Amino acid sequence: MRTEKNYKHMSVLIYAENWDGKFKKLTFELASYGAEVAELLGTNLVAVSIGKVEESELKKLGNYGVKKVVAADHELLKHLDSKAYTSVIAQAAQKEGAKVIVIASNNAGKSIAPRLSVKLKAALGSGVNKLPLSTEPFVVSKKVFSGNAFAHLSLNTDVKIITLMQNSFDLAEKVVEPVIENFALELDGAAVKTVVKDVQKHEGNILLSDAEIVISGGRGMKSADNWQPILELAELLNAATACSRPVSDEGWRPHEEHTGQTGKIIAPNLYFAIGISGATQHLAGVSSSKYIVAINPDKSAPIFEAAQYGIVGDAMKVLPKLVEAVKEIKNK
Amino acid sequence: MNILVCISNVPDTTTKVKFSDNNTRLDTAGIQWVINPWDELSLTRALELKDDASSAVKQVSVAHVGPVSSEPTIRKALAIGADNAYRVNIEPADAFQVAAALAEVVKAGQFDVILCGIESSDYNGSNVGSMLAEFLDLPSVSAISNLKIEGGQAVITREIDGGKEIVTVPSPFVGVVQKGIAKEPRIAAMRGIMMARSKPITIVEAPGAEALSSFIGFEPPQPRAACKFVDPENAGQLIEMLQNEAKVI
Repeated sequence: MRTEKNYKHMSVLIYAENWDGKFKKLTFELASYGAEVAELLGTNLVAVSIGKVEESELKKLGNYGVKKVVAADHELLKHLDSKAYTSVIAQAAQKEGAKVIVIASNNAGKSIAPRLSVKLKAALGSGVNKLPLSTEPFVVSKKVFSGNAFAHLSLNTDVKIITLMQNSFDLAEKVVEPVIENFALELDGAAVKTVVKDVQKHEGNILLSDAEIVISGGRGMKSADNWQPILELAELLNAATACSRPVSDEGWRPHEEHTGQTGKIIAPNLYFAIGISGATQHLAGVSSSKYIVAINPDKSAPIFEAAQYGIVGDAMKVLPKLVEAVKEIKNK
Repeated sequence: MNILVCISNVPDTTTKVKFSDNNTRLDTAGIQWVINPWDELSLTRALELKDDASSAVKQVSVAHVGPVSSEPTIRKALAIGADNAYRVNIEPADAFQVAAALAEVVKAGQFDVILCGIESSDYNGSNVGSMLAEFLDLPSVSAISNLKIEGGQAVITREIDGGKEIVTVPSPFVGVVQKGIAKEPRIAAMRGIMMARSKPITIVEAPGAEALSSFIGFEPPQPRAACKFVDPENAGQLIEMLQNEAKVI
């Protein structure tokens, strides 16, 4: 299965994930990354799409260097079934002679990439944050110890799989006209075991993992009743809201908002840590943010060592001033 | 119904991580080893299900891949309440080897639900659970934040990127578990610690699969620029700096 002679040609393959038939910035980050890797290897970038996506949407992948799109649409692939999705991507990888497969390091990607690694006996570098450091040997950089170090991991098989951290690679436009090919799948209906009974879509404000700006509150907010200015600031800045672990443990905010080592790991452009002291476990979830703003009454709080901007003060007094200032720039 | 919880042995999450041998190895001097936080939550939920008679969970076992030096962590899991344990006696180099070794434990036993934490707090791979499922050709559900057993069937809440889904899968299956599955990790009581001493740890000698990847070096993160402080009385100035200097709003 892995022998060279079976490959008609080589490629870099990305899994172009869609949400209700649309691609998100993350998908285009993957394409931009894949295009760079393809260039390093002197080969072409191919994308595999799973589920119902209109041709006009598939063509958008061409804006970021994707030369061919293999589109797998099938009634059985409406919802994520890790085994079935793995099988589809493996078939596409073999058909396209993929040497490197790039998948997002999100919930879906984390459930597919490890299965694919076993299926193809291909080494997996997960949570990669930049281009390979070298291609011979193939070495990637990834965060370890929850952000307290980076590791150089050598992927020692012919085919390699990478899961890429969100917001770690800038979009790079490279316009080509992609070939769209409908993928005739071999799929065993009996093998799709995941039955989805109910879907609860995230409603209202912006999704934490998608947000460019995140406003996060900690124990220093003192009570669930004090969240109004955080919500207001988030709405004004089109930001997502988050919290530290004690806040979700107390039930002041839902656990989906908990950012930190055991909660969500995020990497927005701007992270506001309000009334958060900055314990190692919290920083582990947010240290990849491009900018961190800290607001805390205690000048010696460790959060100020991680932050680029800080205000030593009471959040309840500072927040209304920030809200006013944002309204002012918006009115300009 | 029998549940197997796969546990990893990791440095305590407050450890100041250091490397030795020219930054190629983790310096283990002085490290306190603990059960990986997500594995501990998985174990807690498994024991909660066993306590609830309607779930009909008969046995909760734990499995670990590692040398004899990780037995204190296994004993801790037994003290928390696991009935028995398996230890695959190899020193694994990557997640592929860990998953291959765990597959041997699962094949030799009778498990209906196999739980793994979504990642380990040391190498942050998020790989073992889903790899294990593929080795066993079993269904897997990832990012589980709630697990119930209703009429012998697992009813699962999983987080997807953009919401939640309630799903079912037939047993046996591999569940990859994240935060929310249990509120607080269960703590070992004195009675549990005493009882753990006599609970069996089965040593499995597996031939071991070949590792596919290798860590060749580590580097500390780049230091960040020093914090610029804004006067709290003039807090609005911060917004102006974020707009004009950092250019992020």
